[in-house]
Amino acid sequence: MTEREAIALDAAAVPPEAALAKPLRLGLDRRRLLIGLAVAAGVAAPLVVQNFTIFQLTMVMIYGLAILGLNLLTGFNGQFSLGHSAFYGIGAYTAAILMSGSAHLAYYWTLPCAGLVCFVVGIALGLPALRLQGLYLALATFALAVALPQLLKSHFLEDLTGGVQGIVIDKPDPPFGLPIDADQWLYYFTLAVLLVMFAAAASLVKSRSGRAIMAIRDHPIAAAAMGINIARYKTLTFGVSALYTGIAGALGAIVVQFVAPDSFNFLLSVNFLVGLIVGGIGSIPGSLFGGVFVLFIPNLAEKVSTGLSGAVYGVILLLLIFLMPLGAAGFVRSAAAWLARLGRASTRQSTGKKTS
Amino acid sequence: MKKITRRTMLATAPAALALVSLRARAAKKYGPGVTDTEIKVGNTCFYSGPGSSYGTIGKSEAAYFKMVNDQGGVNGRKINFISYDDAYSPPKTVEQTRRLVEQDGVLLMLNPLGTPTNTAIQHYLNQKKVPQLFAGTGASKWNDPKHFPWTIGWQPSYLSEGHAYAAYILANKPDARIGVLYQNDDAGKDYLHGLVEGLGDKAKSMIVAKASYETTDPTVDSQIIEIQAKNVDVFVDIAIPKFAAQTIRKSAEIKWKPLHILIGAANSVAATLKPAGLDNSIGVVSDFFLKDPTDPQWQNDQGYKDWLAFMDKYYPGGDKTDLYNVLGPCFAQTFIQVLKQCGDDLTRENIMKQAANLHDLSLPMLLPGITINTSPTDFAPIKHIRMGRFDGQKWALFGPLISGQLPV
Amino acid sequence: MEQLLQQVLAGLATGAIYATMALAVVMVYQAIDHLNFAQGELATFSTFLAWQMIAWGWSYWVAFIVTVAVSFLIGVAIDRILFRPVRNAPILSQLVAFIALFSILNSADGQIWNFTIKSFPTPFGTKPLFGSGLVSTHQAGMVAVTLVMLALLYLFFRGSRLGLAMRAAAANPEAARLVGIRVGWMIALGWGLSTAIGAVAGMLIAPVVFLDPNMMLGVLLYGFAGAVLGGLSSPGGAVLGGFAVGIIENLAGTFIPFVGQELKLTVALIVIVAVLMVRPAGIFGRVAVSRV
Repeated sequence: MTEREAIALDAAAVPPEAALAKPLRLGLDRRRLLIGLAVAAGVAAPLVVQNFTIFQLTMVMIYGLAILGLNLLTGFNGQFSLGHSAFYGIGAYTAAILMSGSAHLAYYWTLPCAGLVCFVVGIALGLPALRLQGLYLALATFALAVALPQLLKSHFLEDLTGGVQGIVIDKPDPPFGLPIDADQWLYYFTLAVLLVMFAAAASLVKSRSGRAIMAIRDHPIAAAAMGINIARYKTLTFGVSALYTGIAGALGAIVVQFVAPDSFNFLLSVNFLVGLIVGGIGSIPGSLFGGVFVLFIPNLAEKVSTGLSGAVYGVILLLLIFLMPLGAAGFVRSAAAWLARLGRASTRQSTGKKTS
Repeated sequence: MKKITRRTMLATAPAALALVSLRARAAKKYGPGVTDTEIKVGNTCFYSGPGSSYGTIGKSEAAYFKMVNDQGGVNGRKINFISYDDAYSPPKTVEQTRRLVEQDGVLLMLNPLGTPTNTAIQHYLNQKKVPQLFAGTGASKWNDPKHFPWTIGWQPSYLSEGHAYAAYILANKPDARIGVLYQNDDAGKDYLHGLVEGLGDKAKSMIVAKASYETTDPTVDSQIIEIQAKNVDVFVDIAIPKFAAQTIRKSAEIKWKPLHILIGAANSVAATLKPAGLDNSIGVVSDFFLKDPTDPQWQNDQGYKDWLAFMDKYYPGGDKTDLYNVLGPCFAQTFIQVLKQCGDDLTRENIMKQAANLHDLSLPMLLPGITINTSPTDFAPIKHIRMGRFDGQKWALFGPLISGQLPV
Repeated sequence: MEQLLQQVLAGLATGAIYATMALAVVMVYQAIDHLNFAQGELATFSTFLAWQMIAWGWSYWVAFIVTVAVSFLIGVAIDRILFRPVRNAPILSQLVAFIALFSILNSADGQIWNFTIKSFPTPFGTKPLFGSGLVSTHQAGMVAVTLVMLALLYLFFRGSRLGLAMRAAAANPEAARLVGIRVGWMIALGWGLSTAIGAVAGMLIAPVVFLDPNMMLGVLLYGFAGAVLGGLSSPGGAVLGGFAVGIIENLAGTFIPFVGQELKLTVALIVIVAVLMVRPAGIFGRVAVSRV
């Protein structure tokens, strides 16, 4: 984790060559301004909204983090997964077992543990995944998603997992006597984890390894020809992706205060996938929008019609795909480009008027 | 409309407190969500996802409250029943429950549906001291007033149904070789535990075959063969209607005739026995606490006629063969009795006090003789069931009322 | 030993369900080069249509034929209205369209026909076939219909000009367009065909598992597994794969002592993944060779 933070900090420092190229620096500055504004809004949010909304925003961040994990694998490395509900579930159960059992670990220690467990499981699954592609990989990961609830319920693990009854955990109190309540504290805690993880992902993607990961997605044969160790990068990406989603699962367990086997079925995987696509494949901030979608759109659909909420949800999905086939991130990008063109056109027009 | 922020809430709190104390002097005591004309009640149910067949419980309940409101409400107050979808997903239940309690400001949660979903909100509601009234599940853990004074169940527990089957088997077939098919979830395992507990020392020798299924299994043929191969003569079928109907039909096809026991959740004539074949179902035994609207013996019963009239007028789209559409109104009627007992003291404390103070309450669609009873130490409103055997037309009830509780 | 035989027989009977669905899955894959995740829901919807016609008093065969025809048109319409606009979107975006379709159909089924299970008639009767009653005449009929469909499709795709054009359009749209094939309509035709096959599958499966909005949820999972095991490029392989999944699952559930019924699906999936390790394109599938 500390290494990651170091990488993140490194990346935050302005690269010297950027200072030379003026237009690039402008773009960078605007980007940093936006990120700064978003973080400020994130920090201020719990002070102005109700506790219930704080809880919802916390869940949005958690789903966003889980979707970011999937994004690293699918969006950046081109490997398809329907099994991320399992990583989320393993992370959640790791946290719940460590917090409630004889271990009685503090909640913040469960995150690295959940991340580590999922990283190992991810690597173990990444190895066979090397031989599988596309739909075949989808089926293999899908097998994992189907198997996890059954394994959690099975009599081998019942003593550990609480079987079909699940595990209830207590909500952590804010530390150091901070004058905020438990919901606000969990929000800030999640926000901090989220920022670190997103920054780490951003710098990973920009790094040498990140370029290798994307080269494998875009052209595996060319990547291999350039001397990229495909097997190693693919397996590692699987592990890191599982780590992200696992940490999100652990946070989810702490915030919801309850884990049960059937919460982690393959429908959750489908939700993550939908969030990924709607947010924008291969876009890091898009993952957060995916989290917004996963949490809020079912509520919106329900408002329209209780009986037909599933149908309304489907129609909303279709509309989104028609309106922004490249996801929210792609939509924002093309909208920004369009605005820029418009701006350029209008300046050209006005200067044209002046001269005439 | 003015937006409520934390700050304005803090600012208005003392004023609100003053208002409450003023009302107290006027002998009217209101909790959150209550006014002179309205009571806000929250609920979560499964309207989407794989559990959506249960959604009609919430819909029929909402329809029933609409009828009550049209008739003037309870003590002049209309019931504002706010029901949200949780898609049978505990994280969503927590979200929706918090929305109801913190944003909509409901007085209480009325029969949230499902075991894992209720478990997920039990701590939260007890910490907040919000009644989790008549939880819509048959788990036995809701009857624990010592640790969870704000949670109360409603229907007979799966555990007690399991006890009843054990008692029936011990009395009628003491040398039975029992085979069990059960759904691999909390309800299925509760039934199984109940059966094992009820059989006591003999459970080990009597239960010779156990097989589970998942709801995604297309058929349970493999399980049936496995159980049949152990020379089973009593078959306890802990399955939802789809699979119960499959087992009844399959055992008829392979001419396997054990004593077939169905669980109470799957004994509807229209939903299980008709698809399975009425002739194939002769001799099947099950347990009851509600009147099955598709059972011809209730055609002239007043409770059934009233229910039918209600369905025709207020829920015409609802399936009149679905037992869940009986369950919804029964939940509502129990709650209305609690409200009547509360009078003008509609605080959360009094709601729980009155919910734990129900005596011999009978509802129109509960089986004759079955009543609701609670006390401060007894949070299990419905305890009794009756056994019945299918005669090809209707369920012939037999034997006395059985209390599923084991003699301690 | 006798139980082994019985479990294999029962596995074949359930396998017939998976095989029917697996065949439909592969046909779509051949025609549109995608797995159709809404295929199960489309089949359920078609079966509900047939059920409704029979409930109106139509005879079984009239309902059957009308349903197949209507389903064909529904398939074509879905392609023209929903999928043509997103054909150039990334594959994953199209996947979302499938999920949306799934959600819409499932929700509509429940609203229109409610959730009480319904029995669906069979033209083959339900008498036991080998005395034991594990395989009924209906299940034998189901296998027969599946095999006949397989044969017809084989002839259609290998022998007829239209079939060849459809295959070309799915396999290499650019080249197909160059030789004058109307690719868009070929894909629409593929949709219609697969929806019609799905309707037949639904009407064959419903008598065994009962009709309700979630009827195909489990079946489709097993159908996918069978199709992938057999090989997505091989209809015959998919049918065999479906049967194999049925048998593997039953044997694992009954005879591996610590597994039991509770983990049988898990074990079946592990077996499939293990097979895929050895044969990454399925047992009968051709490995696609990518050109640099």
